[in-house]
Order: sequence, then structure tokens, then C-alpha cells
Amino acid sequence: MVTATSSLPQAETRAAPKKTQLTREKIRAAWIFLTPMILVLLAVAAWPLIRTIWLGFTDARLSVPGSGQWIGFENYLFWLDYGGGEGEWIGLLADPTWWRAVWNTVYFTVIAVSIETLLGLIVALVLNAQFAGRGFVRAAILVPWAIPTIVSAKMWDWMLNDQFGILNDLFMTIGIISQPIAWTSSPETAMWAVIMVDVWKTTPFMALLILAGMQMLPGDVYEAARVDGVHPVKVFFKVTLPLIKPAIMVAVIFRMLDSLRIFDLIYVLTPNNAQTVTMSVYARQHLFDFDNFAYGSAASTLLFLIIAGITIIYIYAGRVNLSGDK
Amino acid sequence: MRGKHKKILQQLGLWVLIVIISVYALFPFYYAIITSFKSGSAIFEVTYWPTDFSLANYFGVLATGQFPRNILNSIIVSFAVVVLSLLLAVTAAYALARVRFSGRGILLFTILSVSMFPQIAVLAGLFEMVRAFGLYNNLLSLILAYMIFTLPFTVWVLTTFMRDLPIELEEAAIVDGAKPHQIIFQVFMPLMWPALVTTGLLAFIAAWNEFLFALTFVSNDAQRTVPVAIALLSGATEQEIPWGPIMAASVIVTVPLVVLVLIFQRRIVAGLTAGAVKG
Repeated sequence: MVTATSSLPQAETRAAPKKTQLTREKIRAAWIFLTPMILVLLAVAAWPLIRTIWLGFTDARLSVPGSGQWIGFENYLFWLDYGGGEGEWIGLLADPTWWRAVWNTVYFTVIAVSIETLLGLIVALVLNAQFAGRGFVRAAILVPWAIPTIVSAKMWDWMLNDQFGILNDLFMTIGIISQPIAWTSSPETAMWAVIMVDVWKTTPFMALLILAGMQMLPGDVYEAARVDGVHPVKVFFKVTLPLIKPAIMVAVIFRMLDSLRIFDLIYVLTPNNAQTVTMSVYARQHLFDFDNFAYGSAASTLLFLIIAGITIIYIYAGRVNLSGDK
Repeated sequence: MRGKHKKILQQLGLWVLIVIISVYALFPFYYAIITSFKSGSAIFEVTYWPTDFSLANYFGVLATGQFPRNILNSIIVSFAVVVLSLLLAVTAAYALARVRFSGRGILLFTILSVSMFPQIAVLAGLFEMVRAFGLYNNLLSLILAYMIFTLPFTVWVLTTFMRDLPIELEEAAIVDGAKPHQIIFQVFMPLMWPALVTTGLLAFIAAWNEFLFALTFVSNDAQRTVPVAIALLSGATEQEIPWGPIMAASVIVTVPLVVLVLIFQRRIVAGLTAGAVKG
């Protein structure tokens, strides 16, 4: 990098050599400034990721010191031969529990992010209107965002309590339900309880990103539409929505990546519930609870690949510009 | 006349929405607060308005176990994470924003992609590293691990901010013979307070709320941070969940965040959207 500048023609102007000298010095300083950050990121991101992928191809167990022999793809897929033509496929790709976790994660992500986008859009539209106390509402919706996920899980766990929960009380008073529901423990409602809390917690983020997109829209378009007497609903679908689409796409990506790796909320709100075991929960169970470090690493690797794949597809399909160049 | 009616109706609709949104956003926290003030059997009666003002749950949670220690741990970790990531990010952001060098675009893209890593993907590798360096049950492991999500974001936002600072300032400083580190710390730093406060706050909140690493790298009650401590608060039996103390603990760890949000709401909104929309 440093030598590249020295190949510049020497005899341009009298100022040129000095500037080159300065540039070279600046580039050297730049790399010195960047080195600590790069080293830290290599240590906490690149190296652990490589190790996780590697461990997925071994038989490492935390309870067996010195374990970690290369066993190839056995954690992923392996034909266990009983002899005499009998046998079965084992490994991650043949494990119905893993596919259940993949399905749970995708199901959760699609439903939660869809609801959050819709509600986020509504909240953003409201916040984009002029009214007294707008600052208060904006501060209010930041509260769920700022509350730690664990705390939100506990707060909702209490509100969703089957015997003493306020939600059962409220719904029974209104008449939506006739008897208390065990929201977090019954298989039919557990996933919806998770979605409910996630929507509450992350809609603000969605709304603020969409709002920021709305506030960058040129005002004269609306002025023109108003003068022409175009119906506001039509203005929304024909003007606003297409213009804020990039902002929505970015918000959806961020939320999707977050939902696909969901762990905290489920670990606290619906532990031991097969309906809500997601990929991250599955991976951590094998890593630390089932003493299956290598198998858990393989699951983590698959999760990483799935997220990377979805991100790439989404960025290409939506032509979302994340690089910052307009 | 009809136009006027329509306008009133529109206003009414808007205000109904505003009230619904505010109540929806604030009610769970409000309910946690009123629950935390109830003691004894009062906790099992559903009430929509505050009825008790007992501090028993607060005394309970602060006097028993390691909770005060857990709060201190969270404060130490969060502050260390903020200082370390700002320090590393300011210098890196200067290089990325103000110096043209080959490989800059790729570097920025790589940093951004790190922020999309699922944390579980590095968990096994990090755990191995933490044990190898003897950092298990040590807060240092958390401070280091949290760099994976605070650093990319901080670098990204500070880079976009620094890119917009006037070039004349830098040129004048160079004419005066200032070295790059002097340009950063003496010329740019004073102008960067808004961005530093924003990114620092977001890093603080992220570190304060983190759960997965804190659960995995620390197994010792005295070294735990508050999210893990709250998640593991349990009663004598499975059925006896101590809701009162849990709500009190929840309020204690959330109030500082809510205060920060109220004071700095503009900065936080700017920071949250800076990475995504401006970029």
C-alpha cells in the first residue's frame, strides 16, 4: 500500500514530491490506526468463526479433554451401518429435530417480521404527522426498544401467566376467551407468545427506520398531489410507499437477520418447549447442555451459512445498497 | 361544512392511534412497576391501577444474593466496552473516512458484514479461546467478546460522520504541521462529541442487555451480569417463581436505560438510523 504512491511521476510540479511524501505518511498512519481494530475483529470474529467451522468436522466434547479428531462430515450426515444391509442415516441433516428448529426459526421470522413491518409502517405514519406531544410518543416507543430482552421476556411472562396474568384477565373481561390460556407453556400458543413479545420489542426499531426514510422525502411532491386533489390513500400507495421502499427493505433486512438468530427471548420465555426451539437454541443445547460440542458447532455453521445465503439473496433480489455509495 | 367534519374525524382517528401506540408501548413497563410495589398475596390480584407501595421486593432483591454485585459487573463491562470500542473506532474511522488507500472499500464491507454475524456462529470458537486464555468466569471475556457487535457499528457510524467534516479544518492543521494523531484528537475530537455520545450510548445499551455470551462465559454467581442474574432468579421450587423480586430487579436495571433514552432520544434515533438510512 505504501509503495504504490512512490511510483507516481516525480517531475510534475514543484509541490508534487512534497504532497506524495505527505500522502505516503498519511497512508502509513492510516494503517497504524486501523491495525488495533482489525486485530480485535480478527480475534473475536474471524478466528472464532473459523474454529467453529473446524470443530464441526471433529468429534470434540467438552467432557473429554484432548478430543477433537477430524471425522469429516459425520456430524452433518453419516450412514450408521448395523451390518447385513441394515443401518440408518444419522447426523444433523438427518435429524428431524434440527429441521424442526429450522422450520420454527423461519416460521417465527416470516410472521414476526411481517407484523413488525406493517405495525412499524403505521407507527411511522402517525409519527410523521404533526401533532402536539410528538416528542413524547417518540420517546414512549423507544422504551420497549431500550428494555433488555431478558427483562421484556420476564415482564411479558408475568403478564401472560396462566393463573395471575393480566392478559388472561383482560381477554376474559372483554370476552375474547372463555377460560385462561397457558400462553407460554401450551404447544399451540407458545410460538405466538414469542411473536407477541418480539413484535412489542422490535416494532419501534422498524418504525424509526421507516420514519427516517419518510422524513427524507421531498415535500413538494405532496404539495403537488394536494393541489391536484389526489386522495391521500392514493398518494400513500402511489407516492409514499414506492419512495420509502428502500428504507423498508433495509429495516426488513436488519430485523430478519436478528430474528433468524433469536435466542434470549425463547431461552427465557418458553424454555423446554419443542414448538419454539430455534436454530440458535438447538445449537447451544448441543454445545453446552448435551455435551456435544462438535455437533453444536456443526449446527452453528449451518446457521451461519443459512443467514449468509439469505442475506446475499435478499441484497441481490432487492438491490439494496448497503455500501453507502449513492 | 362536510370538509370540516371530515377533518375532525381525521384528527380523532389520529389521536386514537396515538393513544393506542403509547399505551401499547408503555403498559408492560408500567405493569412491571406496579407489580414490583405489591407485596405478599397482593401480587396475585390483577389490578390495572397501582394499589400498593411496598418496597419489600426492592429490599429483598438488593439484600439477598449477589444482585448488587451483578449490577456493578454490568456497569464495569458496559463502560469498558464503550471506552474500548470508541477508542478503537475513532482512529479507525479517521483512516477510513479521510485517507484514500486501496482496499478501503473491501475493508468497510468486511466490517459491515461482521455486524451481521449470528453470535452463535462464533460461540464455540470464542468459548474455546476464553478457556485457553483462562478468562472463564472473568469479566474481561465479556468485554472482549462484546467488541464483535459494538465495534463494526461504531466504526461504521463514526466513519459516515467523519466523512462529512469540512476538509478545510484538516488542511489548516496540516499546514500548521499537525500529525495525523493530533488531527484526530485535537482537531476532530471536539467536533465529534455528538457522534461519540450517540455511538457510545448505543454500545452501552447493547452491552448492558447482552445475554448469550454472558450466560456462556460466566458460571459464577458473583461474576454474572444483570440479564443473566434476572433470567436465573428462581424460587425454592419450580412453581414458586418470585415474581415480585423479578419485577423489582427488572425495574432497577431498566430505569437507567429509560432515563438515558428520555434525555438522549434525538441522539439515539439519529444513531439508530445513521447506519441504515444514511449509509
